Amino acid sequence: MKPAPFAYAKARSVEDALRLLREHGEGARLLAGGQSLIATLNMRLSSPAILIDLNEIAALSGIALRDGDVVIGAMTRHAEVQQSDIVASHAPLVAAAMPHVGHAAIRNRGTIGGSIAFADPAAELPACLLALGGRVEIAGATGTRMVAADDYFRGLYETAVGADEVLTAIRLPAATPASRFGFLEFPRRHGDYAMAGLAATARADGASLKDVRLAYFGVGMTPVRARKAEAALAGGDVEAAVTALVSDLDPPDDIQASGAVKRHLAGVLLRRVTAQMDARIESAHDGGKA
Amino acid sequence: MKIVADTPSPLTALDRPNSYIGRAVPRPNLGRLTQGRAQFVSDVTLPRMAHVAYLRSPHAHARIVAIGKSKAEHAKGVIAVVTGADLAKVITPWVGVLSHLKGIKSAPQHAIAVERACWAGEAVCAVVARTRAEAEDACELIDVAYEELPAVTDPETALDPQTPVIHPELGDNLTFERTLDAGEVDKALASSDAVIETTFLFGRHTGVCNEPRAVVADWNAGEERLTVYHGTQAPHMMMNLFAKHLDLEEHQVRVVTRDVGGSFGIKVHTYADEMATVALSKLLRRPVKFVADRIESFVSDIHARDHRVHAKIGVKKDGTITAFVIDDLTGIGPYSVYPRTSGIEANQVVNLTGGPYACPNYRARARVVFQNKNVMCQYRAVGHPIATAVTEGLVDLAANAIAMDPLDIRRKNLYPDDAYPATAASGLRFEKLSHHASLEKIADMMDYKALRAEQERLRKRGIYRGIGFASFIEVTNPSAAFYGVGGARISSQDGATVRLDATGAVFIHSGVTEQGQGAEAVLAQCVASAFGVPIERVRVVTGDTDNVPYGGGTWASRAAGIGGEAAWQAGKALRQNVLAAAASILQAQADALDIVGGIVVDKGTTRERITLDEVARICYFRPDTLPPGFQAELMVTRHYVPRAWPFAFTNGIQASHLEVDTETGFITLLRHWCVEDCGTVINPQLVDEQIRGGIVQGLGAALFEHCLYDERGQMLNGNMADYLVPMAVEMPDMEVGHVVSPTADSELGAKGAGEAGTAGAPACVMNAINDALRPLGAKPLTEMPFTPGRVLAALGRV
Ligand SMILES: Cc1cc2nc3c(=O)[nH]c(=O)nc-3n(C[C@H](O)[C@H](O)[C@H](O)COP(=O)(O)OP(=O)(O)OC[C@H]3O[C@@H](n4cnc5c(N)ncnc54)[C@H](O)[C@@H]3O)c2cc1C
Repeated sequence: MKPAPFAYAKARSVEDALRLLREHGEGARLLAGGQSLIATLNMRLSSPAILIDLNEIAALSGIALRDGDVVIGAMTRHAEVQQSDIVASHAPLVAAAMPHVGHAAIRNRGTIGGSIAFADPAAELPACLLALGGRVEIAGATGTRMVAADDYFRGLYETAVGADEVLTAIRLPAATPASRFGFLEFPRRHGDYAMAGLAATARADGASLKDVRLAYFGVGMTPVRARKAEAALAGGDVEAAVTALVSDLDPPDDIQASGAVKRHLAGVLLRRVTAQMDARIESAHDGGKA
Repeated sequence: MKIVADTPSPLTALDRPNSYIGRAVPRPNLGRLTQGRAQFVSDVTLPRMAHVAYLRSPHAHARIVAIGKSKAEHAKGVIAVVTGADLAKVITPWVGVLSHLKGIKSAPQHAIAVERACWAGEAVCAVVARTRAEAEDACELIDVAYEELPAVTDPETALDPQTPVIHPELGDNLTFERTLDAGEVDKALASSDAVIETTFLFGRHTGVCNEPRAVVADWNAGEERLTVYHGTQAPHMMMNLFAKHLDLEEHQVRVVTRDVGGSFGIKVHTYADEMATVALSKLLRRPVKFVADRIESFVSDIHARDHRVHAKIGVKKDGTITAFVIDDLTGIGPYSVYPRTSGIEANQVVNLTGGPYACPNYRARARVVFQNKNVMCQYRAVGHPIATAVTEGLVDLAANAIAMDPLDIRRKNLYPDDAYPATAASGLRFEKLSHHASLEKIADMMDYKALRAEQERLRKRGIYRGIGFASFIEVTNPSAAFYGVGGARISSQDGATVRLDATGAVFIHSGVTEQGQGAEAVLAQCVASAFGVPIERVRVVTGDTDNVPYGGGTWASRAAGIGGEAAWQAGKALRQNVLAAAASILQAQADALDIVGGIVVDKGTTRERITLDEVARICYFRPDTLPPGFQAELMVTRHYVPRAWPFAFTNGIQASHLEVDTETGFITLLRHWCVEDCGTVINPQLVDEQIRGGIVQGLGAALFEHCLYDERGQMLNGNMADYLVPMAVEMPDMEVGHVVSPTADSELGAKGAGEAGTAGAPACVMNAINDALRPLGAKPLTEMPFTPGRVLAALGRV
């Protein structure tokens, strides 16, 4: 379990990182928290020629509320996000998901940018990004662009981030009083990647839910939106939404669960997450905090 | 997790003044372990030490056509690239059979595969380099041409005529078969009111040690001596095997085993890659280190369990169990593991099934077959979890068939507490067990009646909780009956040497080993109590074949019961010798003196006569002042081996309380209880830790752990992300209680406690799950691990 030999360069800035990426081409890999990357190196599943370390770029870290968005720098550690008041108040879905990302030691090192760039289909944060309809800020040779979450996930471990680009931040629309969210996952053990999970958002309109976004994880090649179920749920029919999942999702078998089990769990998730969102509406009406 | 307060065990014969027996004294090795100053083999560094990495077969079964080593030989840092054929010049192959397992057969296994690789993960070539990283880099440069052969993976078809025979010279794929027929099974079944038949399946799993297997071998050609720093449970056994296969005399080999980061039975076997490392040191005349990494551990540490048991029970309306019938099949990989063999687990299943119950009718068959998967062998609680789950699963099914309470059917059939000595249908002999006292105690601890009432109430609200029990017996303190009679040079006796140093402190050198379980604490307690010094004045030395008495080490829950008794006897003998010296100094009668708290006193009082350091000073530095003809002997050795009984059986009962989420199939463990009887409890905290740790491993088997293989013999989840070990969050509070029936075979009366937790936990979880789901008409779950998917399937939801 020793990695194959590799070179190492410390990037001083995003520009520096981009220059190093261009210089080394194919064989270069960005190093963020290393919680996914180093494992693949040690198992010799990948052997990059050079690691470009982003850890010294201070500008990539931090959480801010800007223009109605919660902006989280790529190198912000999971633990920091978990403890952030801004995230708790303005992106409560992410706050709810955070304790489920691995274990404390992993959250101390792992980063938001790494998680979104790696885009594990069973990871919590990519699904939260998708459920919130957030955007991803990507820096490249020609400057910085924004990609909407719906356009960001391309395939298994494939995203809109090009080989010569750096993911610099994610932006999540800040919650409004009408925002509702739900989060639940079913991992075999706490801290594992889930057999199936659901991050959901909606806008409360009286007693009903509108603009429903259901982002499932652990059930496909990417986080997956269940669009027919979203429509059914917006129509107020939970059971119709559960039925609609049959055409929304086609989960493959994996080591912890068969596709059939995942499909069944997806229905349970939908009922329970909907109940979470409904309960939050009720407590909002009771004068409690949503 | 709540740690329940321990109550000291009631002691009689052992309550010498200031006795440490029965007290939760801290382990003497706590400081070094917690301050990072322990010495694990992984830490050992020697001058000129090289590192080896093994290239392992990617195929489950393949002919090795050619090995191209030249690119690797020229890689940076490489010292040697060695094939199986090269190494066969310095080490001979071995065959894992024992004569008392009638008919067991296996093929010669080489340190590195020669000609043929028989499982995915078997080492086919070694690279020795300056660093492990360089060795791994060079492994990637070796060109092996393989010709894939058909892989035999399914035990069910391993014996079919159309299945290829893995070792053609053996004639078939049958390693071992045992049958047993006691009493009148057919008649008993015919007279039963209900006969229940089912099949139990147990997943393959493995014991995941914190510290992986590790060995540093140092052949000193100048001295013609081999020193092996080895993370093993049995240093003397390994000394013998290194000598035997490297053409050395035993005295030319020294095995040093300091701290070991967990073993669980994994480290009591001969591993080809460890043997190869030792041979490489001899070949290259320099120290060579091998530390298995996590990935190779999963495909080379022994696996265990993987049994399929067809089973039957007969019962009468009044609850009398009439007969047990089992047919066990297990696949053990391509070789029977050396030297303990891979027939022992199935043999134990035959021995132990039905063991707690006074039922004379029992028929069993066990077949052990070869397959092209990683080798299987003994792991914590060998055979017990299988036998206990089969027995207890059947008993609960029988109780259900006649609508009897699971505790009542056990009350009706467990050996009565006054029935001892007793001989079971399988032939096992029990000295003294306490099934009924244990059962009543656990019912009380858990408030069984209240839990049942709660269960009823909650069911009405759609909450499904289950209560499950498992009575069990555990093999501990084995005599030579376990291995010695089968021709293995594995010591069942153990020795302790104690010595008074020149300042009145005591050293004990013991043949048992410390694997993290606290053996050193137990040894110190026994010596301190028997001799009469504060425990801080006792220093424990273990794990060095040059410096400790010949012994067996740590396995089959023997370290405390056997090693502890030897230490106790040695401490007593040293007390006599020291009192003889004191008496000659004081011109008193030795039998009127005693040692209490490190001081020689008048017996029965605390009146000081002379301090131990003064006795030592005179004996070591002024022996001229002692009476002529008196020679002080301040070092003594005593040995102990159980003789009256082949094994000291212990017993107990566990209970599980859990909740099943019937929508998701998830199981939440709410609480777990264990009442066990390991005889004299030397250190209640250590015993309870052993029980809890053992339960956790049993819960792992029940819910999580499974080495998954595809039909081509590839392990699919050989990493810590996909192989699920039990973790703290999922574990319930565990309450441990004791009943004390000391063995009369030793003065201490201590039996073992290392495996009881693992033996019973899977069975009672299974029974609790089925208890929870019974009102929903679910088909009883009998296939471990009980994953959410399997629970959902039983409920007809997927
Ligand atoms: C035991 C364990 C359990 C875990 N459990 C979970 C879990 O339950 N849920 C979960 O979501 N995650 C889990 N993780 C993964 C963890 O969250 C990782 O931290 C995360 O997936 C990757 O983040 P990182 O900062 O460590 O990235 P790294 O490992 O450093 O990088 C991952 C990949 O992303 C690329 N990358 C990193 N940053 C950027 C960037 N700014 N721009 C472009 N590319 C970039 C890297 O080049 C690399 O290819 C677990 C990890 C471990 C070790």
